[in-house]
Amino acid sequence: MKKLSARRRHPLAAVVVLLLALAATGGLYAAFAPAGKAQADAGSQSLTIKEGRKLFEVGCASCHGTGGQGSSDGPSLVGVGAAAVDFQVGTGRMPAATSQGAQVPRKKTVYTQAQIDQLAAYVASLGAGPVVPTKQQYGPNGADVAKGGELFRTNCAQCHNFSGKGGALTEGKYAPSLEGVAPKHIYEAMQTGPQNMPSFPDTTMSSQNKKDIIAYLHAVDSSETTNPGGLELGGLGPVSEGLFAWIFGLGALIAVAVWVAARTAKAKKS
Amino acid sequence: MSTAANDTSRARGKAPAGERIADWADGRLGIYSLAKANMRKIFPDHWSFMLGEVCMYSFIIIILTGVYLTLFFHPSMNEVVYHGSYVPLQGQTMSEAFNSTLHISFDVRGGLLVRQIHHWAALIFLAGMFVHMMRVFFTGAFRKPREINWLFGFLLFVLGMFTGFTGYSLPDDLLSGTGVRFTEGAILSMPIVGTYISYFLFGGQFPGHDFVARFYSIHILLLPGIMLGLMVAHLILVFYHKHTQFAGPGKTNNNVVGMPLLPVYMAKAGGFFFLVFGVIAAIAAVAQINPIWAMGPYRPDQVSTGAQPDWYMGFAEGLIRFMPGWEINFWGHTLVLGVFIPLVIFGVVLGAMAVYPFIESWITGDKSEHHILDRPRNAPTRTGLGVAWVTMYMITLVGGGNDLWATHFHLSINAVTWFVRIFFFVGPVIAFIATKRICLGLQRRDRDKVLHGRETGIIKRLPHGEFIEVHEPLSQEQLHTLTTHTQYAPAEIGPAVDENGVERKVTASEKLRAKLSNAYYGEDNQIPKPTSEEYKEITSGHGHH
Amino acid sequence: MSSQDIPEENLPAEQDHAHGAVAVADEVHPFADPGLPPHEHRIQDIDERAARRSERMVALLFTVSMLATVGFIVSYVTIPHDKNIFVFPIGRISALNFALGLTLGVALFCIGAGAVHWARTLMSDVEVADDRHAIAATPEVRAKVHADFREGAKESALGRRKLIRNTMFGALALVPLSGVMLLRDLGPLPGTSLRHTLWAKGKRLVNMNTNQPLRPEDIAVGSLTFAKPDGLEETDEEFQNEMAKAALMIVRLQPDNIKDKRELDWSHEGVVAFSKICTHVGCPISLYEQQTHHVLCPCHQSTFDLSDGARVIFGPAGHALPQLRIGVDSEGYLQALGDFEEPVGPAFWERG
Repeated sequence: MKKLSARRRHPLAAVVVLLLALAATGGLYAAFAPAGKAQADAGSQSLTIKEGRKLFEVGCASCHGTGGQGSSDGPSLVGVGAAAVDFQVGTGRMPAATSQGAQVPRKKTVYTQAQIDQLAAYVASLGAGPVVPTKQQYGPNGADVAKGGELFRTNCAQCHNFSGKGGALTEGKYAPSLEGVAPKHIYEAMQTGPQNMPSFPDTTMSSQNKKDIIAYLHAVDSSETTNPGGLELGGLGPVSEGLFAWIFGLGALIAVAVWVAARTAKAKKS
Repeated sequence: MSTAANDTSRARGKAPAGERIADWADGRLGIYSLAKANMRKIFPDHWSFMLGEVCMYSFIIIILTGVYLTLFFHPSMNEVVYHGSYVPLQGQTMSEAFNSTLHISFDVRGGLLVRQIHHWAALIFLAGMFVHMMRVFFTGAFRKPREINWLFGFLLFVLGMFTGFTGYSLPDDLLSGTGVRFTEGAILSMPIVGTYISYFLFGGQFPGHDFVARFYSIHILLLPGIMLGLMVAHLILVFYHKHTQFAGPGKTNNNVVGMPLLPVYMAKAGGFFFLVFGVIAAIAAVAQINPIWAMGPYRPDQVSTGAQPDWYMGFAEGLIRFMPGWEINFWGHTLVLGVFIPLVIFGVVLGAMAVYPFIESWITGDKSEHHILDRPRNAPTRTGLGVAWVTMYMITLVGGGNDLWATHFHLSINAVTWFVRIFFFVGPVIAFIATKRICLGLQRRDRDKVLHGRETGIIKRLPHGEFIEVHEPLSQEQLHTLTTHTQYAPAEIGPAVDENGVERKVTASEKLRAKLSNAYYGEDNQIPKPTSEEYKEITSGHGHH
Repeated sequence: MSSQDIPEENLPAEQDHAHGAVAVADEVHPFADPGLPPHEHRIQDIDERAARRSERMVALLFTVSMLATVGFIVSYVTIPHDKNIFVFPIGRISALNFALGLTLGVALFCIGAGAVHWARTLMSDVEVADDRHAIAATPEVRAKVHADFREGAKESALGRRKLIRNTMFGALALVPLSGVMLLRDLGPLPGTSLRHTLWAKGKRLVNMNTNQPLRPEDIAVGSLTFAKPDGLEETDEEFQNEMAKAALMIVRLQPDNIKDKRELDWSHEGVVAFSKICTHVGCPISLYEQQTHHVLCPCHQSTFDLSDGARVIFGPAGHALPQLRIGVDSEGYLQALGDFEEPVGPAFWERG
């Protein structure tokens, strides 16, 4: 697998999409990756796209248009690529509620991964765009955690906080917390720039850079993260520390002071 | 010599060892006359009187832990590559200051604990000083003869803020570096001298190579040295003035009622030191503070959202955040009002607290000593002003954390900022009016309680069918406690003509004083406390109900 | 031990005094002060068994403290400094920090709790009244001090020999100037250093992530890229000082979306480069919203519109972010066409 150069990522992704789609549709055909990305060969690939189209027409077309060309309620999806679909639908952001606030929140996914792959395949067929990354790209193998930290502080921490807890943007928008977000989705978000997040395409942030960032996030913002000093207090910095010092620090000391200064119980008068 | 003397006295077997040591010391230091006045000195017991102790003890804890930290910390901005045991930073370039702080946190056994105790104690020290100051304010304990001690305390609070700031800037991490950058911007905004002061402070351009070393000597020597001196002076004055007390039976302006220093107060106060230290150590065991490893080393091109200072600087942060961006350019110069005005307001709001005792004593014209504390309700205007000040402070703190309010309460950051902009002015006014009304209501209730007794909740039916609630008269102790406070008459401008009929000049300050005095003590601004005649009339007329 | 005696007999004089200090009602104080209430005994004062219980409790607390200190030492010696444990509900934490902190906390707290319990239950709890004395001196003392001072002042002849007085004040006023002078070398004078950055005509824009020079086609619409001037490396002595001024934020807009004419002129095919340093107090501003083209400062929420010359649309910043004029060189790499035309970062008096 390692031999695959970055140039050949596209076909490989197609294989993965294909394999998953096949598993979902019963594995009717033996699958071998076609060489060209637009050249989905007969059978399975076109079947996947067809299934995806059906799903799209039911769940997405009302906002994004029947051909994904967009409408007043939703942007055009031509050229957003499979990665964008996998991110948006995979994190539950899409389909969005009809009346939404400042931005579409992450929520429970309504589609299975197989259905998401079908949708992704259909949207990808509308126009070339970023493909779904492979485990090889976002997995921990070969990642430099410390370099990832530096990249994270340069590119990400300004919105998502130093350990990925999220933060405020203008007019009620926000950068969400990255806790518990799948590495694949983090990769896709960097690649595609969902909603108001800018994208960090491979031309300015290499695939290796992204892998490093994901590895760093895993080190500082996952269930395996150690906070040597104790309670993380939300990982928000001095505001939550100050509240804690007032409520539990000074609060406990005042409680102790009340005990120290209180009158000792008197013997009952006989 | 002394050994020989000891031998002879032991041979005679007269005095126990402790007594002999005390005699020895008395011959050289005169400790007996000191102890005569102080050993059985009386301290009143009230939990709020221990807030100052919380501050003193956390200050001592900070000094103890701080000395330990200096043994390992390298106040240098030389760039080094990290090779310690925290994996996510290995191989990164950082200053020696940051590197040694990581070393303390990960490779010195107990180093992290001491760092956390130091930092938690600092937050609690400042919080304790704030609450202590408010206790003194709302009970009027700053009145003569304690105005100077109020100033000492105020200085301790302000110096504590800056000692804290220079302290958390030392590790040269991304968060504190952002704070130092803000300091640079704030200094640059000062008209005429700004750039020069900034270049002198940072040894040239920001961040330069000097500020950690310079902040270090300010943080560990200059400021704490002054604070230690002020704290000792503060304590000497507390001993000298003797502690204030709340009104109550047997408590007068000429005495102090409580427990003697030896043994009760010594055991309680000494024990309280260990209690404070124990609580802070336990907090440092379970709650993490300032995880600089997660923030990373400072780089002027990097930042994390949620960039806030420690809470006591949040007031300044809030002022800066809600200020509109005003900037005036003229004759080739820039007046950076957007930064400079908040700096001025910062000084004015704090300074108002410092000078308040002098303003109030000027308005009352009262030159006598006060050792009995006011109940806040009995000084409605002062209490209202205090609550207004606290409201302003708290609203500004909200402004300092506007981004976290926005994310945690699903609000727009712009809306939060506008709320703070408006309520910085409106909030204190509402707070003042509401507080004053509540105080006057409580005064009325006290008056009713004195005149008509305590409501028992027992309903009685009179023979003619009327239902009344039984009121139980207060004890003499309670009556005394509720009526012992002094009530001022508003100052009046003297006659416009003197006794010879010559017109007298009424100064503006005299008029102002009369106006303010009326606002403090005028007819609608305090409820006259019951007189004994009123009490007698009611108790004889209505009988008991 | 005096604390074990019956309390009242301890301090008879003060007691009598306290109870004797009964005031009379007057105009100011309508209800007479009934004096200190009589002392009531605690259980421990009358029941020796209760007192024993308190004694045992105090001793127990002191013993727990001793055990906790032993625990501290054992933890210090036995727990490796890099051992992590999971403690519910705190999470994964350093075992050593947790053990040392808790044992130290318990050891200290129990000493305090023991001492306070001892004071509260076994030491005398009789309230004592102590007289206050006027702080101001008596008129006699006051007169004496004033006379002494006048005497001393007269003997010094300070008021009479004006020459001595004036030259002395002059000398004392001048001598601190030496100290002020010594501060001069704390730093160089600002000069024009706040006005210049490393950017100059022909300097390539180097990607912060890959350390490679950027081409315009690398930068997609909606993406965000940070750059530094070519030749500046992290290991350089002046890296921090130079980055504090030269840090750059690059985005690409559709040229039709650029409202400001100068911004369009200074861009290259919609690629615009702005200073990353906020004009308010210098935070690295970079919270770029790609749909609105707004950037927000995480420190004080100044908001700038990158599609309109980066003018301020909210918050405390006083002026727009400086834009760097860019183009491409012969090899197709993005390059600066000069330094920033105005000082970057926070405003200052001489900025103009």
